[in-house]
Amino acid sequence: MEADPADPTKVRGFDVDVAAELARALGRAPRFVQVAFSSIDASVVRGDFDIGLGGIEETPGRRAALAVTVPYFEFREVLTVREGDRERFRTLADLAGRRVGTLGGTIAYELLLTAREKSGVVPVSYDDDVNPYSDLARGRLDAVLLDHILAERSVRRNAGLVVQRGAVAVGHYVGVLAPANAALRDRIDGIFRDRMRDGTLRRIFERWGVWDEGQQRLFDRLIEPTSSVVEPDPSGAARPGATPRSPSMASLVVNYLPSLFSAALVTLALSCLAMALAVALGTLVATGRIYGNPIVRALLTVYVEATRGTPVLLQLFVLYYGLSSLVRLPAFVAALLGLGLNYAAYESEIYRGAMEAVPKGQLEAARTLGLSEAQVLRFVRGPQAFRLALAPMTNDFVALLKDSSLVSVITVVELTKQTSIFAVNVGSWLVPGALCAGIYLAMSLPLARLARRLEARWKAPTS
Amino acid sequence: MSETVLSLRGLALRQGAQDVLLGLDLAVARGELVALMAPSGAGKTTVLRVVAGLAPFDDGEVVVGGVALPPGRLPSGGALRALRRQVGMVFQQHFLFDHLTALENVTLGPLRVLGTPRDEAEERALGLLSSLGVGGRARALPRELSGGEAQRVAIARSLAMDPPLLLMDEPTASLDPARRGELGASLSLLRAEGRTLLVTTHDREFTERFATRVAVLADGVIVEEGEPAQVLTRPANPATRRLLQSGISASGGAPGANLRGEGA
Repeated sequence: MEADPADPTKVRGFDVDVAAELARALGRAPRFVQVAFSSIDASVVRGDFDIGLGGIEETPGRRAALAVTVPYFEFREVLTVREGDRERFRTLADLAGRRVGTLGGTIAYELLLTAREKSGVVPVSYDDDVNPYSDLARGRLDAVLLDHILAERSVRRNAGLVVQRGAVAVGHYVGVLAPANAALRDRIDGIFRDRMRDGTLRRIFERWGVWDEGQQRLFDRLIEPTSSVVEPDPSGAARPGATPRSPSMASLVVNYLPSLFSAALVTLALSCLAMALAVALGTLVATGRIYGNPIVRALLTVYVEATRGTPVLLQLFVLYYGLSSLVRLPAFVAALLGLGLNYAAYESEIYRGAMEAVPKGQLEAARTLGLSEAQVLRFVRGPQAFRLALAPMTNDFVALLKDSSLVSVITVVELTKQTSIFAVNVGSWLVPGALCAGIYLAMSLPLARLARRLEARWKAPTS
Repeated sequence: MSETVLSLRGLALRQGAQDVLLGLDLAVARGELVALMAPSGAGKTTVLRVVAGLAPFDDGEVVVGGVALPPGRLPSGGALRALRRQVGMVFQQHFLFDHLTALENVTLGPLRVLGTPRDEAEERALGLLSSLGVGGRARALPRELSGGEAQRVAIARSLAMDPPLLLMDEPTASLDPARRGELGASLSLLRAEGRTLLVTTHDREFTERFATRVAVLADGVIVEEGEPAQVLTRPANPATRRLLQSGISASGGAPGANLRGEGA
């Protein structure tokens, strides 16, 4: 589903029509609630709406955690590549060492993770289904793996892209309801089967140009009275969504822990590097604002105020997507620059305040010894300001550790993103959320403690 | 003893709308210890700050060890570097570098300005600290020092740069009478080495015992100068008499002097 180009506040798509049909059969008026794709499961459990529809894949995790309807649509995970690569990149195996984008937390993403183990594909996770294709067109990616509906829409929007014919995998769209809503789910399953029999669903799919023999096979299986479980697909493609039993939470946690830890490393590395950049740049900016000429001071003031006055999310988007026609920054570099430049503005204000708080007498004493202004800064003012700045700096570093979760919008998979992928797959935020929080705390608490200890040692004299 | 180390002629300085110095004349010869006495707020500290190149003056002639300072702006460039080699300053609040030990306070200048090797700088600094009676406090941080100890470290810090002229602002203010005697003895030793001292003070007894000459500053000019015994016992100028009668004492510093402050 997508926003209606004629009226972007309205949604349109075959999912919308399916939902409307369901509502009609239930004797209700449909009311659409839009939520982030990755939050649909959690929202339906919360009761934000009765049924979640719209490209929701059937997975073991969902089956275990939610009341899931029968599948109503069969999709194929397909590779989209640039026209020039049509012959080179036919399957995932051709993409060793290449960057392949998809939506995070989807079956396609799981497929890419498996392909990383097997053939060295580099998975790149996106939060939406539009930017992967524009990044592919720009050359940031070598392929995109998503369902054939999204893929076909993308080639209409982006010139120079082609969809490879073979399916990497086959999956199904389902509706999701809160576990307590099983009775409603059963009614909906009945309605689905009815509408498959009487051709209503087929007409909807035909209207949107998505009807094909895959749907016919799916319908045939489902309306056979004896079979409510989907049989293996005769096409022989991998079917990750159809493992018969869902694994226990404990084994899921064990499976996910390594990826959580490596995502935590990304968070830590990104935070440390961004902080190092922010400290270095913040020092320069603060020094420039104190010692610079009026022009330098004015320019730096503009930088600081513009950076502090706009959301870091916007800055990340501009760096990664906005500048991509000029300079194609790798995602990690864009994340590092975005966070580093943003925090440099805050650091510079801390350092400026700290430098101005160093008593003038200290500076004059250094001057009378014959130290140059640069030496006064380096040996007296700087070290004393650093001690004053240490506590606020540590606070900022802890804040940065948490703000680094924002970079998932530009495809960097860090701890929070990995946790949300985990949560979507197990169908619950409880355990993944607690694990994630534990890892963040394990990183931030020792830091805060270290800072307190340093502060005590360098405590500013009282007189 | 005729070599002039410091010469002030017609020194004038305004702070805002207020005239602080109105044509002050003062000459200090090598080996002297001149006590500059004045009522609180008369501008004693300002005179030292002008000589140290920390405050600009409006008019007149200031020559420090052969270096002429320009009126209207702070000295800079070569003149500033030459001035720094001529004059050291011990502030009333000492302003030891908070983040450095006593020893590091003393070695900072030699290491960074003179390029003295660290071993040599430390050896000399320890010698200076010992000669001033604080050799045992070399590893202490300023906040761990008593007022008297901090003052001695501050003196050592200035002496480490070997300036011919040493300025001291109210050195007796924070000392008890016994310590004042010790300080005076130390300063007399420096004088014997050929160093010149210009010291602001309120302390009559200290001045009588240790100064070679007294200059009294009132209403922006030097109103009287001469031998301490002469000036302190038979003052010729009414301003001096008022100053002596006002019970100038050990307490020193200007009322409300800011301990971390900006100087006067």
